Amino acid sequence: MAYSDKVLDHYENPRNVGTLDKNDPNVGTGMVGAPACGDVMKLMIKVNDAGIIEDAKFKTYGCGSAIASSSLVTEWLKGKTVDEAYAIKNSAIAEELALPPVKIHCSVLAEDAIKAAVADIKAKQLAKASA
Amino acid sequence: MSATIEMPVVKDTFNADGHAHEAQPIYLDYSATTPVDPRVAAKMIPYITEHFGNPASRSHPYGWTAEKAVENAREEVAKLVGADPREIVWTSGATESNNLAIKGAANFYSGKGKHIITVATEHKAVIDPIRELERQGFEATFLQPEPNGLLDLVKFKAAIRPDTVLASVMFVNNEIGVIQDITAIGNICRENGIIFHVDAAQATGKVDIDLEILPVDLMSFCAHKTYGPKGIGALYVRRKPRIRIEAQMHGGGHERGMRSGTLATHQIVGMGEAFRIAREEMHEENKRITHLRDKLLHGLETMEEVYVNGDLEHRVPHNLNISFNYVEGESLIMAVKGIAVSSGSACTSASLEPSYVLRALGRSDELAHSSIRFSIGRFTTEEDVDYTIELMRSKIDKLRDLSPLWEMFKDGIDLSKVQWASH
Repeated sequence: MAYSDKVLDHYENPRNVGTLDKNDPNVGTGMVGAPACGDVMKLMIKVNDAGIIEDAKFKTYGCGSAIASSSLVTEWLKGKTVDEAYAIKNSAIAEELALPPVKIHCSVLAEDAIKAAVADIKAKQLAKASA
Repeated sequence: MSATIEMPVVKDTFNADGHAHEAQPIYLDYSATTPVDPRVAAKMIPYITEHFGNPASRSHPYGWTAEKAVENAREEVAKLVGADPREIVWTSGATESNNLAIKGAANFYSGKGKHIITVATEHKAVIDPIRELERQGFEATFLQPEPNGLLDLVKFKAAIRPDTVLASVMFVNNEIGVIQDITAIGNICRENGIIFHVDAAQATGKVDIDLEILPVDLMSFCAHKTYGPKGIGALYVRRKPRIRIEAQMHGGGHERGMRSGTLATHQIVGMGEAFRIAREEMHEENKRITHLRDKLLHGLETMEEVYVNGDLEHRVPHNLNISFNYVEGESLIMAVKGIAVSSGSACTSASLEPSYVLRALGRSDELAHSSIRFSIGRFTTEEDVDYTIELMRSKIDKLRDLSPLWEMFKDGIDLSKVQWASH
């Protein structure tokens, strides 16, 4: 399969690989996918008190497009508010990476990972507020 | 010896626009196809240019020369497998041979019964013709192999019914290289009056085949897995006791009516030469390949969480199929661009399903997604293997650093207990 240069670039030099402290109240984690399906993405975001995403890290088990999609969103997330992050659509990811139709599900997974990470941080904030 | 023959890849060639080709990866996909041995190619060329006659032309020397070459090749093919040349029918390849054998025998003997036994790990060129026969009113049993890929003979016996007419079991599996006990399965078939077909596409030049002794009625071959050209194959059809098949291709009555169509002289000559070389060199060659396979295996199995798929003892040395747990196959193939291999990962197939062969062994989807098939052959060198080991080890480390599953495994989390958000 022929990959776009952007996919290859993210695959060869993935940005923001790693893990944040999941016990940090300011860190939200989203893990989506399943090993049996051939892809699992773990996305972690660190949100400051102003609601801005200061840091984002990922780890992905999956094909090149899945790795590139998650690498790309970590770049996009930094500096955004959680609400802006929540609004990121898979179509934007697919377009930026020029994903072929058979790989669109990788961008869907990346969107799902963002939504899961945001939901996690919101739940943590809610718990903190009600504590 | 074969080691002195170089891989027939033209290096430093140029495209029409004058740009050099990118460096070719090291070819480790011999189970997909083999390069044509230069000796085979040299023998074929005159039959494209000067000796172009139709072997069916009886009225002039052009035809006679072509016919002689075809019969020569038929003898070479027969010799490699211990057959009588009159038992060899030319086809376009193993897919056609399988279709002709399975549909041809099932149709001819359908009055005796309409039940067929085969194995879930057969090549699609066996499974799909049987599926087609099911649509025509036959019934089929697809036996599950043992976790090592081998067929349990007790289960095979238990599947036999009074109306079982045909069994089809491959000699050497294309994905995992395991060798089935064809003698034992054939004896069971003989005892029960069942016609026995064997797909031997991956077996020629790798295991000894002697059809004088083997209780096999029909056997499929092709040239391009044994250093011959693509587009040519053969079907062995036993004469004693005589096995009948219904033709699937009708026309000029070539090949004693079993397979009509003008014979592709140059392709046939290529197959004959490829099989002659296999007969003369396979024992030496297999020693060398076993050494290389062992080296590759030892270089890779010392990593953590590495699983060999299929039995290692009952296996051709040309194949090594390994799952690298927690690394996805397609991304691994992207990472190891310096070698040409194939994967059981869903992402490398059109179907988006992981390898049905590995699934039939009871391998988890994860391990099937993480599998790589290395297949080595005549032109694989010691240096190729060294390079492959080093490349695999470094890239697997890199991809595992990227893998959340590896991280969880290292943290002692049982992945089978995790509730995955499936998609």
